[in-house]
Amino acid sequence: MEAIEAIGLRKSFGPQEVLAGVRFAVDEGEIFAMLGSNGAGKTTTIKILCTLLNADGGTARVCGFDVASQGRHVRECISLTGQFAAVDDILTGRENLVMIGRLRHLADPKGEAERQLARFGLSDAADKPLSAYSGGMRRRLDLAMSMIGSPRVVFLDEPTTGLDPQGRLSVWNNIRQMSASGVTVLLTTQYLEEADALADRIAILHGGVIAAEGTAAELKRLAPPPRLALSFLEEEDMAKARGILVGFAVEAEALTLTVETGGSVSRTTEILRLLDDAGITATFAQKPPTLEEAFLAIIGEGAA
Amino acid sequence: MKKIIQYAISDTVVMTGRVMKQVLRSLDTIITVLLMPVALLLAMNYVIGGAMDLGGVATADYMLPGIIIMCVLSGVAYTAYRLHVDVQKGIFERFHSMPIAKSSILGGHVLTSVVTNAVSVIAIVLIGLLIGFRPAAGAVGWLLAALVVLLFITAMTWISVFFGLITKSVETVGVFSYLLIGLTFTSSSFAPVSSMPPALAAFARHQPMTAVADSIRLLLLGEPVGSSFAASIVWCVAIGAVFWALSVNAYRRQQR
Ligand SMILES: Nc1ncnc2c1ncn2[C@@H]1O[C@H](COP(=O)(O)OP(=O)(O)O)[C@@H](O)[C@H]1O
Ligand SMILES: [Mg+2]
Repeated sequence: MEAIEAIGLRKSFGPQEVLAGVRFAVDEGEIFAMLGSNGAGKTTTIKILCTLLNADGGTARVCGFDVASQGRHVRECISLTGQFAAVDDILTGRENLVMIGRLRHLADPKGEAERQLARFGLSDAADKPLSAYSGGMRRRLDLAMSMIGSPRVVFLDEPTTGLDPQGRLSVWNNIRQMSASGVTVLLTTQYLEEADALADRIAILHGGVIAAEGTAAELKRLAPPPRLALSFLEEEDMAKARGILVGFAVEAEALTLTVETGGSVSRTTEILRLLDDAGITATFAQKPPTLEEAFLAIIGEGAA
Repeated sequence: MKKIIQYAISDTVVMTGRVMKQVLRSLDTIITVLLMPVALLLAMNYVIGGAMDLGGVATADYMLPGIIIMCVLSGVAYTAYRLHVDVQKGIFERFHSMPIAKSSILGGHVLTSVVTNAVSVIAIVLIGLLIGFRPAAGAVGWLLAALVVLLFITAMTWISVFFGLITKSVETVGVFSYLLIGLTFTSSSFAPVSSMPPALAAFARHQPMTAVADSIRLLLLGEPVGSSFAASIVWCVAIGAVFWALSVNAYRRQQR
């Protein structure tokens, strides 16, 4: 059974159509990343799936329950870590966790809080007020609060936005750990390397629809073909090289020419020989397709 | 069904406990809420004191209801502020995505507001007694006065819930309480209506703060309340009902 299934979700705010038929499915136990620029509609999608917002059209099922008509059942099997850390600053870390445990009507909220503190590496800071927490620690507490009561599906809206690299890495580890325990994770992100590092599958939300979907490797195939980057010391050399390479797909930027090779050995050798024969000084690097290029190609902002 | 009610109660208890901790852990809030009315009470009593003709009523006896009103108004400004922070911070979204009784979310704020303001009012009355407030009410008078105060707190709480929900920035979330304080100063709270210029007197005579202040004052002094008691009850219930409806509507609209 699919843990999350969205079929043709639509949502407008006034005249602005944010979701224009979003369709995707997430398998149980998967980490699924929804990638999109700022304002693409990621949060809107998450809010609809978490029953915080009603869609204008389409349907969605979470844990097999309809988000519009079976909200309570949906809420019983999910948890949400919103875009802005949803923790209570006045309370300590432990008090935050116990509060969530009580609201989930657990038999032993204190014991469960203790377990999550240990699991998320927060035991030492458990009784400190949140003002003493770093950004990364707050996010981890946020995640720990989401794991209270063993939800089956966890929604993480931009879980690492605003964190320093160290905080980001520890949150990544926590997310992997959460996934290893069997929970389904839907996360949104603006960072391609985050989707690349964490997700089993990635969906790119653009123009109100899922513009592409697949594993990171599959999406990278949608990027421009492999290219050779040639760097020159002199403007003059570059101009000369351009003249020589007329038969190739070339793009120029600063002192660098990017030439399409499709990864072929013979074409690469030919390009290098032409330059060498002309006595041009240059260095070269092979550019493999990145998720970023795939992303830019898909959202149509040119493969720069 | 029994379980649903049980959960609704336990959720409300947890939510109230949470907001109550917020109140108790911000000492500055407690001090401001109490200090401002107490300072006002002292100023009224010792500075302005004898300069005013209060129709034979002692200054402390006359002013205390107005001080109670001021205390509640500064208290509910914090209710609005706490709610606003919750809405902005995203913790509401977490609560809404959980299987909890929806009523407990606003309920926790409302209950905390009513309880903490009631405690503040008791503190003000005790301080009043220390500096010369001499009520003459019997048990019934005290009970009826307490009823008016509780209804007033509840009405003001729902006003604050509404503004806490709809205000967009933290700087303006308390503005409504200044307007209400303005209303208090143009009522019979701190000066008899008969001493006001005719236009102001006409306004003062027909606004809620006058009804509430007169009603509490006459009840506590053990004097005939006239129409002010009924007027204060009607005002409080009406304001409470209107702002309850507005708040619930504003709250639901956030989910569309
Ligand atoms: N409650 C709302 N009212 C009006 N416009 C909104 C509302 N919520 C979101 N939007 C608009 O919808 C678009 C998508 O927002 P959002 O889903 O938050 O994007 P993302 O999370 O991908 O950055 C944005 O242009 C945003 O301004
Ligand atoms: Mg967002």
